[in-house]
Amino acid sequence: MARLRTRKHKVVLNRSVGGDLGITLMLTFLGAFMFLPMLYVVMQSLKPLDELWMFPPRFIVMNPTLRNFSDLFVLMNTSWVPFSRYIFNTVLVSVCGTAGNLLFASLCAYALAKIKFPGRKGIFKTIRTSLMFHETVTAVTRFTIMSVLLLIDTPLALIIPAFGSTLGLYLMKQFMETNVNDSVLESSRLDGATEWKTFWVIAMPMVKPAWLTLIIYCFQGLWNAGSSIYIHSEQFKSFNYAIGQITAGGIKRAGASAAAQVIMMMVPIAVFVISQSNIIETMGSSGMKD
Amino acid sequence: MSQKTATKKAVARKDMTRLQWTWKEMKRNWVAYLMIAPFCLVFTLFTMAPVIVSIIMSFTDFNMIQVPNFLFLDNYIRLFLDDDIFLLAVKNTLIFAIIVGPVSYLMSLMVAWFINELGPRIRAIVTLIFYAPSIAGQVYLIWGTLFSGDSYGWVNATLLDLGLIAKEIQFFEDKKYVMPLCIVVALWTSLGTSFLSFIAGLQGIDRSMYEAAAVDGIRNRWQELWYVTLPSMKPQLMFGAIMAITSSFGFGGVVDALAGNPSVDYCAWTIMHHLNDYLGARFEVGYGSAIAVVLFAIMIGANMLVKKMLSKVGQ
Repeated sequence: MARLRTRKHKVVLNRSVGGDLGITLMLTFLGAFMFLPMLYVVMQSLKPLDELWMFPPRFIVMNPTLRNFSDLFVLMNTSWVPFSRYIFNTVLVSVCGTAGNLLFASLCAYALAKIKFPGRKGIFKTIRTSLMFHETVTAVTRFTIMSVLLLIDTPLALIIPAFGSTLGLYLMKQFMETNVNDSVLESSRLDGATEWKTFWVIAMPMVKPAWLTLIIYCFQGLWNAGSSIYIHSEQFKSFNYAIGQITAGGIKRAGASAAAQVIMMMVPIAVFVISQSNIIETMGSSGMKD
Repeated sequence: MSQKTATKKAVARKDMTRLQWTWKEMKRNWVAYLMIAPFCLVFTLFTMAPVIVSIIMSFTDFNMIQVPNFLFLDNYIRLFLDDDIFLLAVKNTLIFAIIVGPVSYLMSLMVAWFINELGPRIRAIVTLIFYAPSIAGQVYLIWGTLFSGDSYGWVNATLLDLGLIAKEIQFFEDKKYVMPLCIVVALWTSLGTSFLSFIAGLQGIDRSMYEAAAVDGIRNRWQELWYVTLPSMKPQLMFGAIMAITSSFGFGGVVDALAGNPSVDYCAWTIMHHLNDYLGARFEVGYGSAIAVVLFAIMIGANMLVKKMLSKVGQ
């Protein structure tokens, strides 16, 4: 029902056939440009070693093989710390960091956008401005603070700072402002709901597209994190770091390295697909309501 | 808040000082402070405090070993009067930011808007295709293979095959090619966070507004974009702008991956490189902090400019 209506609007409102055609053409062209290199990574991972170094190079794989992947797994098993440990570390940091960031940032964003309390503008401006200060410089002080808090060389050194990611807060605040209707909140408060309940039951569902977006990039950032200055024990290091160590073995490992790239990509792609399809669902259901 | 308490508050405000009133408001909204507390605690510890310390350090000669001396503005004077490479870095960063910032921003917005017109299922796939370069961390390395300086590089191999060139082009060793190539690769990975926020923002727009606009005489999709769509997603536009500013001024990683560090004759040396050089290699934390503060100031300036431009949207 909802979809039918949107389709109908598309035809009726302000859309010319020429424009639709032009847009489709442009999207196809740009899309191919964007996607080809990705396809290349997959192709490389399926090529046997002789094809990887063939001259002239070919884009399309002739004798696809999974040899590179099995090579990679063999290499993984030779590592000193069991490889599953690296994967566990990265999953732990990515999941906990994303969940914490989502909760902390949404709560704070809700209060900043929807409750009028003294100081909210100043606090928000400070947070937004800090986004523009480059992180490299703050590393020295961060390190000191972390060592005072005894966080160095624990997974918490990666998880806790993720909770305070300013990007997440800024995104949530912007969406709370556009998507959440003040009058709905007012009536909820009048009904005697606590602020916490109003936030969780009323406001959060309204900004579903925002938090799904936050999940995508927060997870992705944590997942792809390589080595960190805060972690020096081997058993706390990340998956990405371990893969990097394996593929640093030179030309001989070009195949395994291509396979590793594909494996690294898969999880963020899965998270992306799940989140994006849910964003679209939200939109369908909001169409139903009105 | 019910109307009753609202009026009560207004009356009460008259017969107390500003400070008393603020205090009363703060007590009334204690829940809000509780809600922002967890985030603000982590933010203060790991972002705010380090930033403030860095700004203070930019006025010293701190080098991680000796006790720092207070230098006042010496670091800044040295930067602008005595550091040719820094000025080159500023120039390169500005060239880069002026091209990549606006282009990536508009590209994100346009693609997001075009995608929004598609049916739900196709849209999910198309979004993935466009976001793909940002998903995989190191995927832009393949541009290195593509433009590799020997005959194994695809571009060179093809050009040799077609007889267009007699000798391989050293793409990443030739000053002519390094900057443009890095710009292309940066644009290629630029449909990132702001693109996603635009997509999500476009979904939040109330459909009835389009109908009302059509009644009011909006004639084509471009007018609809300018007068209806963009004004109702201004917060998302602002968010995207900050993302574009931080990524285009913080440019550097792409160059390292493609052209090496340092690039030939510093031809693609950016402020980021200069910063990492002084912090990571020379441990001149004081001087490095001064570079960061200059970069910070440039970004704040750019942000103010963009804010002014965005306020014209829909007029």
